[in-house]
Amino acid sequence: MIPLSWYLFLSLILFTIGVLGVLIRRNAIVIFMCIELMLNSVNLALVGFSSYIGNEIGQMLVFFVMVVAAAEVSVGLAIVIAIFRNRLTVNIDEINLLKW
Amino acid sequence: MTSQALVFFILAFISIASAILMITRANPVKSAIFLIVNFLSLSILYLTLNAQFIAIIQVLVYAGAIMVLFVFVIMLLNLQDEKRLSDKFDVKRLIAFVLVFVVFAQIAIGLGKSTSGRFLKPADNSVELGKIEFIGEKLFTNYILPFEITSLILIVAIIGAIVLAKRKFE
Repeated sequence: MIPLSWYLFLSLILFTIGVLGVLIRRNAIVIFMCIELMLNSVNLALVGFSSYIGNEIGQMLVFFVMVVAAAEVSVGLAIVIAIFRNRLTVNIDEINLLKW
Repeated sequence: MTSQALVFFILAFISIASAILMITRANPVKSAIFLIVNFLSLSILYLTLNAQFIAIIQVLVYAGAIMVLFVFVIMLLNLQDEKRLSDKFDVKRLIAFVLVFVVFAQIAIGLGKSTSGRFLKPADNSVELGKIEFIGEKLFTNYILPFEITSLILIVAIIGAIVLAKRKFE
């Protein structure tokens, strides 16, 4: 049988790749995708805990995380479209209205 | 090596490789395609953890709905390839790699200490836990309040998306 720590380390690696993507990418939509990757890696850890400890709380939390992710993506992409209309770019280096 | 470990390693390899390819492709459409591959391999990993309901929802909601939305927006905006990815050296990127390594090392040390020698196999009732009837029963009894608040989140998201996307060009 596979120990739980293997799943946790896979989850950790995926989460780190997501953080790296957020830091090095400049396209707002790709940054959103990296956030989805991070949410998914945490979901994997939660499902692993749920299955190995033997209670359902982890899977319930994954269900609600997915709902929040769906809501977050719809609002986030609407914001990206609104920014694109005003600035004609989704490069976050050029979107600096709030920078001082 | 048992067949379970083999399946785990193949899926882990596919998911890590697709994640790395996702953050290194300059074209956003290719990034989206590799993210879908990653979601599908994670869905099969959920099946190896006996979480059938979550695996199906993963394919339906993530690989289906959310990624279609992403590809649709990419198509709508007609984006070009990212130029900055091809730069040779960049101080900001070096700092990013150092930060990411620190995060990785911290969590890895914590995991190594806390899980060594424990949780070697799934709990006896794990097959029962992942079934849709069990999850549905829990969702409509113990977790009814969060489930109802979910509807509130979704309606706020719908209204917010419409308000943001409807605004006229300035």
